[in-house]
Amino acid sequence: MYDVIIIGAGVVGSLIAREASKYKLNVLVIDKENDVGNETSMANSAIVHSGYDPLPGSLKARFNVAGNQMFDELAEQLDFHFGRVGSLTLAFSEEQIPVLLNLRKHARLNNVEVKLLTPEEVLAMEPNINPDVKGALWAESSGIVDPFNMTAHAMENAVDNGVSLHLNEKVVALKDDKEKGIIIITTDKSVYQSKVVINCAGVFADQIAKMIGEVDFKIRPRKGEYLILDHYAPDLVNATIFPLPSEKGKGVLISPTTSGNYILGPSSEFVDEKDDLATDRLTIDYVKKAVQSLVPSVPFGEVIRAFSGLRASSDRGDFIIEPMKNHEHLLNVAGIESPGLASSPAIAKYVIEELVSKLLALEPNPHFNPRIKPYINMKALSLDEQNALIRKNPRFGQIVCNCEKITLGELDDLMSRSIPPRTIKAVKKRTRAGFGKCQGGFCQPAIVKYLSEYYQVDLTDILYDKGGSNILRCSTKECKI
Amino acid sequence: MIERDLVIIGGGSAGMAAAIGAYDDGVKDIIIIEKGRQLGGILNQCIHNGFGLEEFKEQLTGPEFMTRLIVEIQKRKIDVRYQSNVLNLTKDKVVTFSNSIDGIVKIKAKAVILATGCYERSAGAIQIPGERPSGIITAGTAQLYLNEMGALVGKRIFILGSGDIGLIMARRLTLEGAKVLGVSEIMPYSNGLNHNIVQCLHDFDIPLFLSHTVTKTIGKSRLEKIEISQVDDNFNPITGTEKVFEIDTLLLSIGLIPSNDLLKKLGLPVSKARGAIVDEHYMSDIPGIFSTGNVLHVHDLADFVTAESRSCGKGAAAYIFDKWDLNAPCFNVSPGKNILYVVPHRVRLANLEDHLTVKFRVNKPLKDQVLIFTFNGQIIKKIIKPIIIPSEMQKVRLPKELFATQEGELIVSAEDRT
Repeated sequence: MYDVIIIGAGVVGSLIAREASKYKLNVLVIDKENDVGNETSMANSAIVHSGYDPLPGSLKARFNVAGNQMFDELAEQLDFHFGRVGSLTLAFSEEQIPVLLNLRKHARLNNVEVKLLTPEEVLAMEPNINPDVKGALWAESSGIVDPFNMTAHAMENAVDNGVSLHLNEKVVALKDDKEKGIIIITTDKSVYQSKVVINCAGVFADQIAKMIGEVDFKIRPRKGEYLILDHYAPDLVNATIFPLPSEKGKGVLISPTTSGNYILGPSSEFVDEKDDLATDRLTIDYVKKAVQSLVPSVPFGEVIRAFSGLRASSDRGDFIIEPMKNHEHLLNVAGIESPGLASSPAIAKYVIEELVSKLLALEPNPHFNPRIKPYINMKALSLDEQNALIRKNPRFGQIVCNCEKITLGELDDLMSRSIPPRTIKAVKKRTRAGFGKCQGGFCQPAIVKYLSEYYQVDLTDILYDKGGSNILRCSTKECKI
Repeated sequence: MIERDLVIIGGGSAGMAAAIGAYDDGVKDIIIIEKGRQLGGILNQCIHNGFGLEEFKEQLTGPEFMTRLIVEIQKRKIDVRYQSNVLNLTKDKVVTFSNSIDGIVKIKAKAVILATGCYERSAGAIQIPGERPSGIITAGTAQLYLNEMGALVGKRIFILGSGDIGLIMARRLTLEGAKVLGVSEIMPYSNGLNHNIVQCLHDFDIPLFLSHTVTKTIGKSRLEKIEISQVDDNFNPITGTEKVFEIDTLLLSIGLIPSNDLLKKLGLPVSKARGAIVDEHYMSDIPGIFSTGNVLHVHDLADFVTAESRSCGKGAAAYIFDKWDLNAPCFNVSPGKNILYVVPHRVRLANLEDHLTVKFRVNKPLKDQVLIFTFNGQIIKKIIKPIIIPSEMQKVRLPKELFATQEGELIVSAEDRT
């Protein structure tokens, strides 16, 4: 019997698990993927929005502003990259200035500090911006984050504090046993009982909720396609640059990332399939044009990756964070689209402190440690510290990914932790090995070999990402078509 | 800080030949920094033959070719650091490298040669439409898996791009029992060398679809299907020309790009060949920093990389011994009509021994051409070329006496004979 079962190990599920581990609760997280944060949490703009944009009074406004303020402490405790680079929302005509003024009004109502800038001020801050700019809204508290390790480290911390994590396990049925006051969860591997179930299933949240009863919301995935530039032109832009928001969202942005390159995008189109992650020429061209209107000198020859992610947009237009009607032991945390990443720490706190607390007695966990064991980041050390480390463990001197300069020692460190990666993609998300200009062309074979030795499996068993994504099909002399 | 005369970054054919060239001209204090377990670079995985005809006058495989150079390095007792990666290079020629034995080391060099080779353009760089399943992989990576790790990336294969590595892998995978269903090339001509088209495709009945590109990829975990379409003159797909192939692997052979991060970090400009801007001795704008081989411009043959790099090594030696006048008058070399790029970009005539070697590629296949070398408006040389194709690098020697002055501009162009 579990006290809490969380369905979904994205950023919201992971942070809720960590929040729950602050109390004496028996917690299990179940995810159908083979790694944490393998859907929406890994394919987004990686922006910690300031909170001036959401409609005042909405849950989005409330949790965005509160969540944003939690990042400094969280990033320090969970050792993930976060930087308050600020954001500029640009107006390109006199008619757009009132829209900026209206955003400033939102900002004041949401308690977000912003400043209206003149074109001269904007260009002084960001010389590469389209000189036709007529004004901008500067939000200093806006930030950029490494969403992969924000999620992975939150879950690592939760597991370190006693939470169980079952990856590669898919929930197939939910049953509300009202007599016993529990929910029975059936997966493709087992059956569990829990006093509380928290539905953090992202784009699949409505399908999960439907397993227990009638659902009064629908998740309609909205696809965003992105481009990534190689490490290049260190001062192309310094802050996150937005166009004016529209009914489709915050628009196509260009932003530095925490790994020293640039992200461009997203597009915004509703899709019918919850696993439609295709990119297409027309949309990519649209993203390029849109970015060019913000920063005309974007070097598209430096693009190294196109990808897409699905926003878990709900038909309510706002976050859904509430007990399910007639099934109060199931908490829906759904429709967490932008500004979901920024909101997630505040959502997690609210779900445990305000919703779970009404269902379960919360007794503090005296052993809770808010920090994970700090990661060794060779690049962040001084030369003397680096050499001391290499003398102790020579593998910190051996680089495995030349583009991103990741060492074998850093990989070993990752494997020794509570949720070691099993796939090439998981290694890539956690360490950046394979994220550079050759996109794994040189380091992937070395990492395939590393994983096969670590897990004592054949080279052909190593997956790129999801089940069935084996990189190698067969050994030589064994190829049969 | 350790001081060395010459640091060579990369121990492939370029780095080794540069070391030999410099050593034979008197520089004994050399260190080669190599990221692999042994010297040879990409030649380690090139087990096919076709190497050595220019350098050794015989057909060799990649490993045989590289072994000849390794023997020369060993004879000269040149210091090599293996499994070592360069982390940084500064304008005052301090090289920082890392390995598990020496740790992180800074070396102050009199001269540095960048010989870091090139990397393959990836699926992301051309934004292949579709999802990102396994089974879409660059040809060189597939070659490494096959020839160094003994495993096949797929069984039913299509190849996008007609670059040489793709062609060689078409044959190699076929010989290993895989089925290669075809090669598509977006250009109306192949980007591979002609003998590779014949020996790797025609001999194995593998169709080559010119003016075709991949317009769809289908598959979530693993690639399942692709659609290719014919393209028009502007490379836009033509509706109605789609062909579908059920495959598990799409190999990419869509171009090689010089591995130039160190150059970019120094803030140096990049040429049309995506390499450094260099002078007649392959020296960049920063005195003492040289660049040679595929990191300077992608070559068609390792033999030519070797020859260029030996000469770069000699240039570095001359620089170290202060043998040339860096302030001598200088002329520019520029690509003219039908020419994609030219190397070198600047020439100090006073520092040339007897001739200048100009290397370039045309930007499309041409027939009945005259290569014209115009110096300050005067034609100084013409060469008749019945056929000239982009996949073949052109190499022309221009005797020093052809140049009447030391300044101005040399333009290389290809014109119709008529």
